[in-house]
Amino acid sequence: MQQVFRRPLSLKDVQTHFCPGCHHGTIHRLVAEAIDEYGVQKRTIGIASVGCSVFLYSYFNIDVVESPHGRAPAVATGVKRAKPDSIVFTYQGDGDLAAIGTSEIIHAANRGEQITVIFVNNTTYGMTGGQMAPTTLVGQKTSTSPYGRNQAKDGAPLRMAELMAQLEGVAFSARVAVNTSRNLFEAKKQIKNAFRYQVEGKGFSFIEALSACPTNWGMDPLRANERVGTEMCDYFKLGVFKNVENL
Amino acid sequence: MSKRLFVKGNEAVAMAAVEAGCRYYFGYPITPQSDIPEYLSRELPKLDGEFIQAESEIASINMLLGASAAGVRAMTSSSGPGISLKQEGISYMSGSELPGVIVNISRSGPGLGGIDASQADYFQSVKGGGHGGYHIIVLAPSSVQEMYDLTMLAFDLADIYRMPVMVLGDSVVGQMKEALVPHKRPETELPPKDWAVRGKGDGEQRVVKSLYLGDGELEAHNWKLHAKYLVLKEEECRWEDYETADAELVVAAFGSAARIAATAVIMAREAGMKVGLLRPITLFPFPEKAFFNVTQRCKKVLDIELNTGQMVEDVRLSVVGDAEVFFYGRPPGAGSLPTPEELLEQIKKYY
Ligand SMILES: Cc1ncc(C[n+]2csc(CCOP(=O)(O)OP(=O)(O)O)c2C)c(N)n1
Ligand code: SF4
Repeated sequence: MQQVFRRPLSLKDVQTHFCPGCHHGTIHRLVAEAIDEYGVQKRTIGIASVGCSVFLYSYFNIDVVESPHGRAPAVATGVKRAKPDSIVFTYQGDGDLAAIGTSEIIHAANRGEQITVIFVNNTTYGMTGGQMAPTTLVGQKTSTSPYGRNQAKDGAPLRMAELMAQLEGVAFSARVAVNTSRNLFEAKKQIKNAFRYQVEGKGFSFIEALSACPTNWGMDPLRANERVGTEMCDYFKLGVFKNVENL
Repeated sequence: MSKRLFVKGNEAVAMAAVEAGCRYYFGYPITPQSDIPEYLSRELPKLDGEFIQAESEIASINMLLGASAAGVRAMTSSSGPGISLKQEGISYMSGSELPGVIVNISRSGPGLGGIDASQADYFQSVKGGGHGGYHIIVLAPSSVQEMYDLTMLAFDLADIYRMPVMVLGDSVVGQMKEALVPHKRPETELPPKDWAVRGKGDGEQRVVKSLYLGDGELEAHNWKLHAKYLVLKEEECRWEDYETADAELVVAAFGSAARIAATAVIMAREAGMKVGLLRPITLFPFPEKAFFNVTQRCKKVLDIELNTGQMVEDVRLSVVGDAEVFFYGRPPGAGSLPTPEELLEQIKKYY
């Protein structure tokens, strides 16, 4: 009998702490599949950030360094410069990357560090209980925007994948979602692409993955999944925004 | 290697780092330490090393964290506001038991303050400048030669104890030119870095982290760190003792203040007063025993600092109960560096 579906080698056989309907687990799996695909598990170093994905080391069977909130791209820079033969990726939430860590992400990208960044956009601060994030949609209610995000005061949500694409140092930037099988398939392809860029030494690669946070959105998993495809995809368009291979 | 050079203290730091095998430097410009990155930006590329002028001190300390986690010798340097920005990273490095050398050519403050020689960052350096309750090793050079020697030592101590080490100087020891006799890196036996991330290969997963959520885990981790601090107090205290054997008053001072104080002590001796100098070289671990021992006999200590009184608290905690501890200090700023004559007056006052 042929086994057609199995757990990626780079993932551990453990239960995750993610809430039901959370997309972090799915995105973890796609990242692990990409690592397996290129056979680089043994030389991959993951950089965990602070947020719901802080336990990266509990789920991935790879070496991991934990970094302070927002600083994963700087930590990744130190690791990659010291060990240029390793495959280094960061895994960061939207509070982590697009608020407190904007300086580190922009400059690591601009230096063209040979790393891959997995940016999980769930329009809220998951771990701290659903506060407003830099990606919270206009009008969206959160625990610190009880009247809805007000663009006049809070600004508009940041579109990071497009922003990153503007930087000379970025070789690849794409936004994906995992809410439907079709999107999932595309996400898998683009996450693999992002890792391939690093494996082939082509430069800095960036993936923004839209993600559901049913718990903090106050929705059941199905409704939350639906919201990714509607409200979120309306504002955060899926697609590849930069690919130096096609330039 | 034994020829005499005439160099700035900051250059001595950079030269020692290179000799100690440091090939990775991350920093952000700030006066009065910029000679260090300038030197290393020139030298490290020739040695296949990496020099990054980071976007901020926050990024620099986290690059240091990453490089150290990957097992290489690495360094950052800064001053005043920059060291403040690094504190979160230093706390994470302490919690993650990561080596790493941080050079602080401190400036005067608070706020933007000024660039004059200052010892106002003593508390920040030795009491755990960031959150969570930890210590780092703090070395206080008072000459260009010591800037070299202690920087080299800093790398070994960091690797042996798996913790950040700070070299704490100021513009006097950093900018001044003096004779330096460089020397080879000592052949210290160092523990293997069997904790560093490398890409697991066929081995066990390695994780560098400071998060401990399991029942009792964090308490155990903190006791483990505390035990290291106790070992440091036993094994690694360093100080210089000058003419204290028969002294009736001992001056306590570190770093640049100790240079001025040493001149005042010599002047006092010439005037027939029995005065000595006890100069802590390690500020953490603080040489408590040296102060205890000297005050068994000598009952007067005059602590002199370039601030309004910080190390004096540790001196008071260390001396024998009936010893008197006096303080003289001046907060740093342009024109506020005391002269030897001024310090001699203070010695006379308490003698
Ligand atoms: C310096 C600092 N500030 C604040 C926090 C608290 N904090 C922890 S996680 C987090 C935000 C997490 O949100 P996000 O990055 O979007 O990740 P998610 O949990 O949604 O996956 C914050 C603010 C911290 N750990 N450190
Ligand atoms: S709080 Fe949100 S982001 Fe965090 S695990 Fe739960 S669903 Fe996922």
